[in-house]
Amino acid sequence: MEMNAPVDETLVDGTTPTVLGTPLDRVDGVLKVTGAARYAADHRLPDMLYGVMVAAAIGAGRIRAMDVAAVKRAPGVVLVLNHDNAPPQGTREPAAPQLRDARIRHVGQPIALVVATGFEQARDAAKSLHVRYDRTTGNFDTADLRVGARKPKPRYGSPPDTKVGHFDGAFDNADATFDRVFHTPDQSHAAIELHATLAWWEGDAVVIETANQMLKEAHASLAATLRLSPKRVRIVSRYIGGGFGGKLDVCADALLAAMASRMTGRPVKVVMTRQQVFFATSRRPQTAQRVRLGAGTDGRLVAIGHQSWGETTVGDAFWEPAALGTRMLYAAPHRLTQHRLGQRNKPRASSMRAPGEAVGMLALENAMDELAEQLDLDPVELRLRNEPARHPETDVPFSSRNLVACLNEGVGRFGWTDRNPKPRQRREGRFWIGTGMAAAVRGNPTQASTVRLRLHADGHVQLQTSMTDIGTGTYTILTQVAAELLDIAPDRIVVELGDTAFPYGAGSGGSWGAGSSGGSVYDAVSRLRQRLAMQGGIDIATARFRDGALTDGSHSLSLVDAARGGPVEVIGELKPGKNSKAFSQAAYGAHFVEVGVDADTAEVRVRRMLGVFAAGRILNEKTARSQCIGGMIFGIGTALSEQLVMDARYGSFINHDLAEYQIPVHADVPDIEVVFLPELDPASNPLKSKGIGELGISGVGAAITNAIYNAVGVRVRDYPVRLERLLEAMDRAAT
Amino acid sequence: MISFKRYTTGHDGVRRNLLKGCAVLAGEPLVAFGSAPPRAEQPPTSSRGAPVPEPVATMAVRFDVNGATSRLQLDPRTTLLDALRDHMELTGTKKGCDHGQCGACTVLVNGERINACLSLALMHDGDRITTIEGLAAGEQLHPMQAAFIEHDGFQCGYCTSGQICSAVGMLDEVRRGMPSHVTADLGGKPALTDEEIRERMSGNLCRCSAYPNIVAAIRQAGTPS
Repeated sequence: MEMNAPVDETLVDGTTPTVLGTPLDRVDGVLKVTGAARYAADHRLPDMLYGVMVAAAIGAGRIRAMDVAAVKRAPGVVLVLNHDNAPPQGTREPAAPQLRDARIRHVGQPIALVVATGFEQARDAAKSLHVRYDRTTGNFDTADLRVGARKPKPRYGSPPDTKVGHFDGAFDNADATFDRVFHTPDQSHAAIELHATLAWWEGDAVVIETANQMLKEAHASLAATLRLSPKRVRIVSRYIGGGFGGKLDVCADALLAAMASRMTGRPVKVVMTRQQVFFATSRRPQTAQRVRLGAGTDGRLVAIGHQSWGETTVGDAFWEPAALGTRMLYAAPHRLTQHRLGQRNKPRASSMRAPGEAVGMLALENAMDELAEQLDLDPVELRLRNEPARHPETDVPFSSRNLVACLNEGVGRFGWTDRNPKPRQRREGRFWIGTGMAAAVRGNPTQASTVRLRLHADGHVQLQTSMTDIGTGTYTILTQVAAELLDIAPDRIVVELGDTAFPYGAGSGGSWGAGSSGGSVYDAVSRLRQRLAMQGGIDIATARFRDGALTDGSHSLSLVDAARGGPVEVIGELKPGKNSKAFSQAAYGAHFVEVGVDADTAEVRVRRMLGVFAAGRILNEKTARSQCIGGMIFGIGTALSEQLVMDARYGSFINHDLAEYQIPVHADVPDIEVVFLPELDPASNPLKSKGIGELGISGVGAAITNAIYNAVGVRVRDYPVRLERLLEAMDRAAT
Repeated sequence: MISFKRYTTGHDGVRRNLLKGCAVLAGEPLVAFGSAPPRAEQPPTSSRGAPVPEPVATMAVRFDVNGATSRLQLDPRTTLLDALRDHMELTGTKKGCDHGQCGACTVLVNGERINACLSLALMHDGDRITTIEGLAAGEQLHPMQAAFIEHDGFQCGYCTSGQICSAVGMLDEVRRGMPSHVTADLGGKPALTDEEIRERMSGNLCRCSAYPNIVAAIRQAGTPS
């Protein structure tokens, strides 16, 4: 089915769901708590070889010489793959061809793969590979991101610039104005699973067990890069140890393993080291963002301006769409958004959890907090006063939007009204206590997705799609969708994911996975219903699945009987249609946070977090809550600790491991409350759901920093709010 | 002589113990390889042309893994983590950093939790090792495993084996009265508060950030019903 108009009553409506939406335990839970779920690096084959990558030690220049001969003599070494012997490759995003030439574009660029019979042998030999370079002056400096920044090409169906009305005049004449620049840093996805691939050839076809979020794109790009017909490439990613955008690209491990396997005639496994992941995969790029707000004394915005400058690697076109959320969040007649992109000798920039909103909302929602203070308005009230009736740029209606309800619910639950808006008023022991809030928004796009549904004679139903589960709960929610619609027990559904041998799925990214793949299952069940109605002479108008049969009340056909002559097979498909343009589709929420700031050391402790979200139908209460909690904790890292620190002399991130790149740990995380408001979105998909994987991170960092301001009365606009930055600002304020 | 094992156990936060860990690594040759043959670090340089075939130097090790005795002949550079994963097909134990920074490889050695990536397999001769595959009793999940499912203490599942093994080891440390950084009374018996759980589990990173659910699972499994 194609989403060309809002859906009316569906097969889910009219009755109270008994499986869909309930907090069903993950169907892959037992596999994951017993260690039986097999991830890419867990696979092995007889006669398998181990490949260990060698990474460039300089940031710009050329390889002058590589002492391959010495390494080839090392015990166990079978092959040294480098730019001299790598086969020619094509180019197609999101795969980047490897070992193309002697040129070094950034530190950590893979320059060789050492393949040996044992892992320890390969590791040792790779370490001893002697490389000499001709170094050139690299472009590493990012002190001023405006240098060399140009207008990029449209991406994600979005133009880099938008304009409504006359921003400059309106801003200049506004009663109250805000104009500040915010900085957000390079970040690493830092999924705990290392990028890993096992590749082997079956005749002239290659099989690639890897960790990739979006197999349809990976398949097309891998085939093009390896110069193979897509029919000769199969990619399998059954279990993926976290993605967050870091496994959207087809990275060096997959291409090098495939090439080395072909050259050696044996299966080859390549697992990146943690240090390599920081350089050879991708990152969230840093931004400088200028936010300008103009408002009347009545607290109504007249002008919103959001400009962002960023950078990516040499030759790449990715830009961080920081102002994406700003385009739809608040009403104002005069508006301007703008993105500019430069290039540096740094690792590739790419999508990381909520590209755009995750960093853009930090700036916008801090700006709103500052403006509210200037206007002597409660920050919640400022947002309520600027709620638009329709999309403020495109003037299309919202498919559903419950930001106001989220804000109001949060105010009550959090006890927001007890708050003293004046900073530095509440002290508990060593800690200044403060509270802050921010709005959340994340676009809810739909992607084409398909699934094969097979009804078997023993009554069990098999679903196959190349959709993935990166921890998001896809195995579980697709089970629930099918069980609910077919009115059979969840344990009668077998979901198989992550294999390009299956019909293509939407993949995990952009928060579209659940709605798009869930919608395809809905379509498959609809088709099965039609098929069985014909087969059993059942009235399609009233046909319902009940107790293991399709029935209209007078006639019925049991699922077992229907499949007696052989499995009944249908293909379900969901396609985005006219709704994509006719409606503004997004999920909304509100964050409320309490922090303590140590008066002497400036240590920030997040004490309490509340997220209220309106995100369409919730498909599984338990996994949905987990995703939102996960996003909110990501936001703690964004606000307080996560930053790749560039050494601009050499072009290297100095903190390229998990001790120095600091993601939140248990001790950093307080109790977190998540509330979902009831909502159905008829324009999104037949389940009327919205994506939630990225909503939780959107805005939360700003709520934390707004709370820091309320606690100690200083603002740090350079993310993350590291200890020394806050301490310095507190010291400045005290003198 | 310094015992290596003593230093790889007290595991209440890998990051916080980093310096300690480095000191241990520096001291490692003191204890590990009395009988190890010199490692072939550099290929022979005298010969030119055809590569010189070199036998892989291996050593024997015997330990008990999940209740069964295993005898392995290993390249002495093999870590306990790689021995489990590559030589015993026990791939439930995960590699997330190979540097003792993430905790995904946590296993129990003689009942104590350690990072399997930070010790060499040969150092565990005679040890009793429990991995995630050894916690359940047949079809009956360990209470910690069941609690992780009930409380959704994971999303992608990659850090989960380490979290669960770490939690099991940690509860035993609390039972034995071992204090942590947040224990108020070092002489008393530590209580299993959320603060204690968070502190003691901070060496196990979860990027999906299931932390509150993990704490809830551990609280349930650690509280006598």
